[in-house]
Amino acid sequence: MSDFPGAPTLPSDSPRLRVLAAMSGGVDSAVAAARAAEAGHEVTGVHLALSANPQSFRTGARGCCTIEDSRDARRAADVIGIPFYVWDLAERFREDVIDDFVAEYAAGRTPNPCLRCNEKIKFAALLDKAIALGFDAVCTGHYARIVELPGGGRELHRAVDPAKDQSYVLGVLDAEQLAHSMFPLGDTTKDAIRQEAERRGLAVAKKPDSHDICFIADGDTQGFLAKHLGTATGDILDADGSKLGEHDGAYGFTIGQRKGLRIGRPAADGKPRYVLDISPVNNTVTVGPAEGLDVLGLTAIRPRWCGEEPAGEAAYTAQLRAHGEEVPVTAAVVDGELTVRLAAPVRGIAPGQAVVLYDGTRVVGSATIATTQRRAVTA
Amino acid sequence: MAYLDHAATTPMLPEAVAAMTAQLGVVGNASSLHAAGRRARRVVEESRESLAESLGARPSEIVLTGGGTESDNLAVKGLYWARRDADPARRRVLCSPVEHHAVLDAVHWLAEHEGALVDYLPVDPYGRVHPDALREAVERDPSSVALITVMWANNEVGTVQPVAELAEVAREFGIPMHADAVQALGQVPLSFADSGLTALTVTGHKIGGPYGVGALLLARQATPVPLLHGGGQERDVRSGTLDVPGAAGFATAAALAVERREPYAAAVGALRDELIAAVRGAVPDVILNGDPAPAGRLAANAHFSFPGCEGDALLMLLDAQGVECSTGSACSAGVPQPSHVLLAMGADPLLARASLRFSLGHTSTRADVEALTAALTPAVERARNAGLAAAARR
Repeated sequence: MSDFPGAPTLPSDSPRLRVLAAMSGGVDSAVAAARAAEAGHEVTGVHLALSANPQSFRTGARGCCTIEDSRDARRAADVIGIPFYVWDLAERFREDVIDDFVAEYAAGRTPNPCLRCNEKIKFAALLDKAIALGFDAVCTGHYARIVELPGGGRELHRAVDPAKDQSYVLGVLDAEQLAHSMFPLGDTTKDAIRQEAERRGLAVAKKPDSHDICFIADGDTQGFLAKHLGTATGDILDADGSKLGEHDGAYGFTIGQRKGLRIGRPAADGKPRYVLDISPVNNTVTVGPAEGLDVLGLTAIRPRWCGEEPAGEAAYTAQLRAHGEEVPVTAAVVDGELTVRLAAPVRGIAPGQAVVLYDGTRVVGSATIATTQRRAVTA
Repeated sequence: MAYLDHAATTPMLPEAVAAMTAQLGVVGNASSLHAAGRRARRVVEESRESLAESLGARPSEIVLTGGGTESDNLAVKGLYWARRDADPARRRVLCSPVEHHAVLDAVHWLAEHEGALVDYLPVDPYGRVHPDALREAVERDPSSVALITVMWANNEVGTVQPVAELAEVAREFGIPMHADAVQALGQVPLSFADSGLTALTVTGHKIGGPYGVGALLLARQATPVPLLHGGGQERDVRSGTLDVPGAAGFATAAALAVERREPYAAAVGALRDELIAAVRGAVPDVILNGDPAPAGRLAANAHFSFPGCEGDALLMLLDAQGVECSTGSACSAGVPQPSHVLLAMGADPLLARASLRFSLGHTSTRADVEALTAALTPAVERARNAGLAAAARR
């Protein structure tokens, strides 16, 4: 029996699954793999080499899959007592996540690469390979819960630890992907996971959380984009089109951004100004007062549903960015696009981010924000 | 469990374990002048004499090191530095492209940091360097060549190089030549004196000796610049307190490997031929890499490409069935890279990634081959499906 309260134990009638545990080298995925193994599954650990430059494995350079992370993951697998391999998915990661990230910014949108990685890499390229090789499920250290329904089928729910909940970046998973997913940490808080890692003798117990985008090791997103997209001087305009200043590239801005605008003159009313619009075609950035950020509704493309696609218009709560608040909405699918009306205005919603719909703690589905309907403002 | 990765490392021979453990509890620094030191020195020198006899060398030509990687680095860097220091025009290193990383990366390092100009010698589809190709490369400008380095037998595909003929070319032009014989020792006849080489690398753990001990055989006139400076042990070429138990274990293993070489090579070669036949039976479209002629490859080596499979996926599936082998090219972090050896031999990059090495050793039995045969067909089928799934997603 388990020595660890909260760790799931496989009921006697549950099948023993062949599980591929994605191990990043961090504490969460290590404990997730340990829990899956302890629950009685046949677990194999795999570290994904995602670096744009696989040579970093030979040179030890910092990157998203440094040799240190790979070694930490391998060491954790050794302690757990499971086989461990490194799989090179760098090429897929570059095409599907990094190139997409750059292209989205170039188009004036604000992408979420973690979500994209889950959709295209972990629960697509990795899961497909795992299934083909005879595995039943992919296990990760994401904080989210899968609830098995009595009649079969599965639901994705928020984790019990609201500070760590990662259901937002898993909202892209469809029913088929969910059926082959395992998230052993969703019912436990992060603090408890660190303590459990300590008790299990996993050396990664005290390893700091990663917060930054994994392929931008130094955290300098603007520098990364400048390197890939170059610099192009353009105008910063106010809402009536008059020029307030210049910038080095429209892609360097995000809707709702306030800092770093380098506008000489203060606004007439003395209030702070925010980025309201980004126009990559003209290479202009439009700024204005905070009220101009108020979004009343939005449309979102490429909807994906964790279960059945909902029929008609219905009330949900929605999360509109990573770590964002939940807000009440009504939503409906119109011509394959998701149309969302917000019960109250919400500020700073950027096209490119995902809208994830919830019914209580249950994830209903997600889509990529394409357009927003905003309150008209004058400068 | 079927251990088919003896080229990575092979179990220690009981005799080598006994020789080594006999020394582990005994005090004595072989450089000390007192009785304990003299006793330790006697063990080291007897080990050196034994190694010399096994390897067709003089005792003074045996430089004990910490293993194959160190020996390769000492030969390549040390000889390059010494030759370049004597004549700054000597910048060219002639090197086969199928070398082990211990040679290849040392050569790269010299090119990046010490002004070396690397000429990769062409190899045939089996990975073999032809003496004519070496001659042509030397004759482009003989006076500019610092060093030639070509391995005795390849660690991935098992191809044996015509070392004596290559060394003859080197000798004709007065150029020092080094060969990494880590895989060759115990499988092919090997005599340092007959080889005509200036330097030769061997190591303990590939022949049933201990880890962490090897030797660079070094002709008496060769004076490489040392990598390790200190107490001046080993002809002043390799400082460091001598590893008495390691030397004893290594010498014992080397003596047995050489003494048993002929019957061992015949027996393991027959088993290897069974393995090749069994793999071909299980996977009809499999491609055998390296020289198919027994005389041209190591007796314990079999190396294949499995079209449509990724080698790392196949390795994992076989591992899950208790069959242990190698893709032959993984670096320390385990990221699968297409084999530089196969690429140099002209293989298609996809086929290079689809390859596995099975290497037999002194504990291998027919049961190992049978375990592989039983596990291989379903594993190849699954690995092919995985390859197709990846292609379909794109």
